[in-house]
Order: sequence, then C-alpha cells, then structure tokens
Amino acid sequence: MKDRAMNTFLVRRLLQAIPTLFGISILSFLLMLLTPGDPITTITFNPNSKPEATAMLRRQLGLDQPPLVQYTYWLIGNDWRQIDVDGDGVGDIQGTRRGVLRGDFGQSIALKRPVLDVIIERIPATLLLAVPAILLGYIIGIVIGMMAALKHNSWIDQFSRVLSVVGSAIPAFWLGLILIIVFSVNLRVLPMGGMRDITREDTGFNIIESLPYMIMPVLVLTLGIIAVISRYARVQALEVLGQDYIRTAYSKGLGNQYINFWHVARNALIPVVTLFGGALGTLLGGAVIIEQVFSWPGLGRLTIDAVSQRDYPLIMGSVVISAVLYIVGLLVSDILYGLVDPRIRLS
Amino acid sequence: MTEGISSNTSPVTSSVVHLEEASSRPSRSLWGEAFTYIRHDKLTLFAFTILIVLTLACVFAPPLLENVLKLNGNRTDVVNRYKPPGYKNNILGTDQLGRDQLVRLLYGGRVSLGVAYGASFMSISIGLIVGMLAGYYGGIVDDLISWFISTLSSIPSIFLLILVSVVFSPTAEVLIILLGLLGWVSTCRLVRGEILSLKERDFVVAARALGAPPRRIFSQHLFPNVVSIVIISLTIDAGTLILVESGLSYLGLGVRPPTPSWGNMLAESRKFLTTGTHLIIWPGIMIIIIVLCFFLVGDGLRDAVDPKKIR
Repeated sequence: MKDRAMNTFLVRRLLQAIPTLFGISILSFLLMLLTPGDPITTITFNPNSKPEATAMLRRQLGLDQPPLVQYTYWLIGNDWRQIDVDGDGVGDIQGTRRGVLRGDFGQSIALKRPVLDVIIERIPATLLLAVPAILLGYIIGIVIGMMAALKHNSWIDQFSRVLSVVGSAIPAFWLGLILIIVFSVNLRVLPMGGMRDITREDTGFNIIESLPYMIMPVLVLTLGIIAVISRYARVQALEVLGQDYIRTAYSKGLGNQYINFWHVARNALIPVVTLFGGALGTLLGGAVIIEQVFSWPGLGRLTIDAVSQRDYPLIMGSVVISAVLYIVGLLVSDILYGLVDPRIRLS
Repeated sequence: MTEGISSNTSPVTSSVVHLEEASSRPSRSLWGEAFTYIRHDKLTLFAFTILIVLTLACVFAPPLLENVLKLNGNRTDVVNRYKPPGYKNNILGTDQLGRDQLVRLLYGGRVSLGVAYGASFMSISIGLIVGMLAGYYGGIVDDLISWFISTLSSIPSIFLLILVSVVFSPTAEVLIILLGLLGWVSTCRLVRGEILSLKERDFVVAARALGAPPRRIFSQHLFPNVVSIVIISLTIDAGTLILVESGLSYLGLGVRPPTPSWGNMLAESRKFLTTGTHLIIWPGIMIIIIVLCFFLVGDGLRDAVDPKKIR
C-alpha cells in the first residue's frame, strides 16, 4: 500500500515535469527567433559573401523554413529527411542535426565545438563552488535557525534575524569585491580570482591547490544560503514548538535535548528540505555573478562570455541546461519531501 | 485576570465592568488595526522614513547640491580623479573621471529606484490581475496560467534575464518593462492561492447568489482581501529588483553608462579596486540601505496585517 502510494506520487510528479520542459523549449526558441541580427552573418562573418551562397547556407540550416518547422528541427533534429540545398524543390543532402531532445544543441560559434560538450566541461567547476556552499549553508543555517527558535527572543534570536535580513540585502558581488579588497589587495593572503595558479605548469585539476581560490566565492555563496535557510528553519521550528505534541512530550517528562532533537528538529526540517531545489536554482544564478567576480571558470562565466561574444547557440544551450538542472533539483526535493513526509504523497 | 478589581467589588460587577470595557473599545478595521500596530513598530517606521527621505533626496537633491556646492555631476575633471571623500566640495570624493561621487550617486539613485518602483508596480499589477482571474475562474484558464507560471519559474531568473537582455539591449525604460514582465510570477501565485480559498467563502457565494456581476465581486469582495498581500509583495519586490538591477548592470546587461545607476557605478568601479576603493563602498552601501529598508518595511507590514500577531 505504502509503496503503491509512493509510486503513484513519483509517476505523477515526473509527468508534471513534461509540460514544463515543453514550455521552456518553446520560450527559449521564441527568444532565439527574436535575437537581433541575421544568424547567417554571425556564422559566416563575411559581408562580401555572394547572395547565392548565403541563400544556400540559409536553406542548409533550415532558416528559410517557417518557425514551426524550425522549432521541430531544433527540438527533434532533421536527420530523418532530405534537405533541398539548391532550391529546386528536390532534396539534395541528408540532414545532420539530431535536435535538443537527443542532446544536440548545435555548434558554439565562438568555440567551434558542440555546445553540450563545452557546457558539460564547465559544470564540475560550478559544482565545486555550489556543493560546499549548499552543505555549509544548510548546516550553519539550520543550526542558527533552530537555536534562534529554541531561545526565542534571546540575543541569538535577534542575531539570526539581523543576519538573515542583512544577508539577503547585500549584493553578492559587492561582498565579493569587498572581500577581494580586504584579503587580496590589502592583506594579500588569498588569491584574487581564478581556479588555480596559472603561472605554474599545468598539472591538471587538484583540489588542494584550488582550495585557497575557493574560500572567498564559497563564503559569499554560503552567506546567501544561510540568510534564507536560517530564517526558514526558525519559522518552522517556532511553528512546531507551538504544536500539541510538543506540550505532550514535555508533560510526559521527556528531556529537553530529546524533545529538541526527536520532536522539534525532525519535524521542522522536513519543509526545509523542500527549499533544496530552489536553493539549487538560486545557486546556479548566484554563481553566474560570483564566477564573474572571482573569474571562476564555471557554467556562469561561460554564459557571460557567450553573451559578450553573441554566441547564441551557447547562450541558448546554457539557459536550457540550467533550467533542466533546476527542474531536476525541484523534482529531487519534491521526491525527498514525499519520502520523509507521508502526508505529501497521499494528498 | 480580575484579581485587582475583585478585591473591592463583587465578581459579578467586575465582569460587567470588563464587558463594558471590551465593548467600549471602538471596533477597528483590518487597516485600522494595522495602522495602530505600525505606529508602535519603531523599526518599520524608521525604515519607512529612510526610504522616503532617500527617495526624495534622489529626486530633488541633485540640482540643489549642484547649485550649492557649485558642482556638475556630468563635468569630468581629469586632474582631480579618485579624490578621497571630503576633498574640496566633493563630500564623497570624485570618481575615475573626476566627477563628484555624491551627485552621481543621487542621479544613479533616480535610475535604480525608478527601475525598482516602476518594475515592481508593473509586476505586481500583472500578478494581481492574472492571479485573480486564474483563481476565480479556474478550469482551463487556470490550467494554462499555472502551466505558464511553472515554465517561467523553472528557468533560473538570472539566465532568463541574461537571455532577454541580450535580445533587447535595455535602456532604463525597457528594463522596467522587462523586469515587470518577468517578475509577476510569485505575486500571481500568492494571489491565486488566496482567491481559491476566498471564492468558497460565504460572503462571495452570497454575493454570487444575489446576482452580483463578476466586476462587482472582483472589486468589492476579492480585491480588498488580497490588497494586503499585494502591498507586502510590492515592497519586497522593489528591494529584490534593486539587487537584480545591480547584478545585471554588474554583468554589463543592465542600464548602460553614461546613465548612472548604482549597479553600473559598482560595475565600473571594480576596475579601480586599488585606486578608488571609496567608489566601490558608496554605491554598495546605498544599495544595502535601500534594500534593507524595503525588506524591513515589507516584514513590518506583513506582521501588521497578520491576524495571528501577538498584541
């Protein structure tokens, strides 16, 4: 019975993600159509190319087709049909695109490589900042939030409130700049940016070597998470503390520590888990700016570089992939929620 | 409870006195209650005052200051670059082109605050209308709107903004429209949820049974009950939008120089980390103060209209 309810919940939740992904694909495609400038000019970059050649390239890339057809090619590819390159109405060559659904996001204009390869290369660097930031942020945030709720209206409660409101009002990149001024420019104890010492010979990636470079960006990202999580954990814990079963537990004579851990913490933390998906989205976004501040070679930096080079396929690719990552994050946190709280999967 | 009184009066009269006291207290509306609450909430009042003062300062002070201190926010002065705060008439020093930092900060505030107020007002209006329609009519309208909302909110907002800024290369006015068009989702969700529960309530059902047209139900019964949510969202959103604008400008995708905004002043100042540290400090401080005030006012208002609050 329990398994069946869980399975139904999982299947329903997975099915719900499909229309959303579909919507994202339409939205991204529409925005791509709206981008200024002729894609052909961006690709050939040659103002003197002959009109016939341009027309051929246009037909080859399917840009002469109506938007709906273009969307279909972009989504599922065109390798299942012949393309009429010379414009005589008869198909000449086999299509080569495999479509976004099969992982073909096209070629990056600037890097001349498949978009997906370039993006996948950069994801580990972003995770190297995001994972420690999520772990630290969650642990510290939950501890502060719980302590604030248990000692309601004490100094730690006041401190947590100030921390969460100030922490969410500080622009992350500004904090990053201030840290750079203090620790890199004045004290000269931490490197200003980058992921490792590029003057040394390339020995490949080494986490020990990268550690000093991680400190400031992780610190900034962590502070943002602490601000959100501590506030939420505090509210949830206060809510639980007002419940009847807590009063019952006290009146049964259970110890404070026991109640705090087994009754308050466990129940208060369930909703905090659901913030995980959102935190991932915030981090993917926050990382864009932080990676820029600290010249960290992750997905965000890649996107901004793509923007400055007007590399549309790469921009599109990173938007769609970040959205997919975000949706997966939301799915995972929903499923976790369903696993730890039986009320969710039955409703 | 009646201990103090019952020592010299009988229990019966004391409870009568108590009843009279209760009924003699004037009954107040939600807004009356909220107003009384806010009047005693020093922090919210303080934050609200700062918001008003800074907004007025950004609107009116630049020309005044320019006259009094004999400065011009746009005049460059190569000799007096990177002067520290307090140099001659430059209260907050000068920037990389020798322009007065304080005057530029206030001009930047016009843009940043203008974007924040304009875009939040626009996104809240869209969110309110769409949320009321979705919540009240339900069915296919609701399904479509919910689908659109979940789609829009599944793309991390900064990526969406990057994409849109690339397509439209915004000026301040365009940025207001873009941020307004992309930011209504959370308000819409809140309003929709509230309307879903409101429309089942007796007073709405009664109004419908009496044959009130939808326009009347919306304006007389539904809107007054969601207006508090809307005002709270408005202040929180305005704060968030200041941060968003500054982040976008930092990435070179927001308002473009030479039009100053706090975000692009910061973005420019990062090139002068060592020569003009004060150029980084001031715009950042302004952003923090304003955002903090917006958040505090939002929180204060939320507490004030919360019927569960402890009085």
